[in-house]
Amino acid sequence: MAAVQTTSERALNRIAIVGVLIATIIFLAPIYWIVSTSFKPRNLATTIPPTVLFEPEISPFVKLVLRRSQLREQPTPEEYAAAPWWERLVFDGGEKVVRDGQGNVQLSGYPSRFVNSLIVAIVSTVLAVGMGTITAYGFSRFKVKGEQDWLFFILSTRMLPPVVVAIPMFLMYRVVGLNDTHLGLIILYTAFNLSFSVWLMKGFIDEIPKEYEEAALVDGYTRMEAFFKVVLPEAATGIAATAVFCFITAWNEYAFALIMTRRTAQTAPPFIPSQVGSGLPDWTVIASGTFLFLLPVAIFTFLLRNHLLRGMSFGAIRK
Amino acid sequence: MTTLTMTTLDPRSRAARRGLSDLSIRNLFIIPTIIFLIVFNIFPLLYSLGYSFTDFRASSNAPANFVGLDNYRTLLNDPFIWSNFAITAKYVIVSVTGQVIVGFGVALLLNREIPFKGLITTLLLLPMMLSMAVVGLFWKLLYDPSFGIINYAFGLGRFEWLSNPDMALYAVALTDIWMWSPFVMLLSLAGLSAVPKHLYEAAAIDRAGPIYTFFRITLPLVAPILMIAIIFRTMEAFKTFDLAYILTSQPTTEVISIRLYKMAFQEWQTGMSCALAYIVLIMVIAITNIYVKYLNKVKER
Repeated sequence: MAAVQTTSERALNRIAIVGVLIATIIFLAPIYWIVSTSFKPRNLATTIPPTVLFEPEISPFVKLVLRRSQLREQPTPEEYAAAPWWERLVFDGGEKVVRDGQGNVQLSGYPSRFVNSLIVAIVSTVLAVGMGTITAYGFSRFKVKGEQDWLFFILSTRMLPPVVVAIPMFLMYRVVGLNDTHLGLIILYTAFNLSFSVWLMKGFIDEIPKEYEEAALVDGYTRMEAFFKVVLPEAATGIAATAVFCFITAWNEYAFALIMTRRTAQTAPPFIPSQVGSGLPDWTVIASGTFLFLLPVAIFTFLLRNHLLRGMSFGAIRK
Repeated sequence: MTTLTMTTLDPRSRAARRGLSDLSIRNLFIIPTIIFLIVFNIFPLLYSLGYSFTDFRASSNAPANFVGLDNYRTLLNDPFIWSNFAITAKYVIVSVTGQVIVGFGVALLLNREIPFKGLITTLLLLPMMLSMAVVGLFWKLLYDPSFGIINYAFGLGRFEWLSNPDMALYAVALTDIWMWSPFVMLLSLAGLSAVPKHLYEAAAIDRAGPIYTFFRITLPLVAPILMIAIIFRTMEAFKTFDLAYILTSQPTTEVISIRLYKMAFQEWQTGMSCALAYIVLIMVIAITNIYVKYLNKVKER
């Protein structure tokens, strides 16, 4: 701006600071509410007026991972004293931990859904980024007839509405037995992320000067060696950013998971809402499950902050 | 795709004689991806195109009968489907307009000298990175008429958000605005930071007012990038499923994707749903075309 700030400029700046502050509070309030609810005792989750100050508890997280049932009769003082701390937390909530015949503690549905989410997101990310990187290299360095058309074709597969693709995929998976399997979901997410990965990686590889590889070729490297030893290390940042974007997309995906999985391979996004069934939901447990699920994405967002613009615009806009 | 001219390597060089030729490397790198996408995206669509001409029901063992264009005819004459499209259109307009106003507005504020700008920008971008389904679910608690913090914070008493049929669609759009305004903000910030400073200095020398400067300098220069954001969000809002499906079950929020889902996986009218999927698909392709054309135009500059 101008070297000398006028009074009105300064006033505008002050208004902007206040405005940004209000916007930040409004945008972060729902996230804060998820985090704070996940540490609340159950009776404080749904109070009128809402409870802001409270003593944080770990019990929602304990309840989240354990299978519980209604406590029919109070535990005897001996039973209560003999129980480990986490079991006591469940007793305090008027419930008991469900055990199998051998007395082993049963886990709730959440841990396995979380693990499913991890498996599906990681494997599909590796596949999408691996294939995407080599394809992007191919488009970036070699002449391909009708390159723009091929790239448009690749992009267009990403634009299909999930439900539209899901109907035939569901029928085909039923024939080959891929419904409710990790592999089925991995294939879908790889296909979904592949186009994104090609587009983003093409941008990153285009930025690596061709001279690097040419120098390597002159030095006696084969094209393959030049790709692995020269291009890939140069593209490392781009690959990492692309991978994080693919991971987040697969991690967050809901519609395919809802339609294609029931139990065995079900991921967290369709599972978490299914806990809010009939009756009064325990929002502290839902919040703790939500919080754990959102945490990796929040961390990744901070790591990705300099690449967000590029990723969110399919590489169309670069800083 | 097979007959191509290559950037050929000097055939006398040592490297060209060892290892794979450039042509085979290119094919090896590109063709698997193309095949993968054809098998898992294009083939399923052809598969469902076939079913769209039948009365197939995936829930029964009855063989599919060819019914010609009947499914399409029925759908296009069904006033309920048209109302689903109308709901979708309303949702797209409300939600994208809201995102543009909020996102561009916050970007304008952030484009000034703000302390901790980088940190605040990253924090503001958080909502769009989160899972729509999982965070959307939590908005049920926020919207709760008796103990939701929204009614409490804005002093709305026991205002019904989701259980009021007239309000539910706006509530879903509001959550969408919360999630995706950051996207418009992110793109707008990029556009704003690309406006050359000397234009503002020239305007200041000419004693141009802030309103004049905004409409004559800022807006025209940010418009192309803002347009990208608008088209992209329109496309996504048109396809919306997660939020509306999770937040409410009101008929007034039944956007086209939800209708499609119910038709295919709850009513099991498979053939009919394939036909509807095709109608939706054609619309999406039309919007995508506009988007890609525009993207190429912007990229050229």
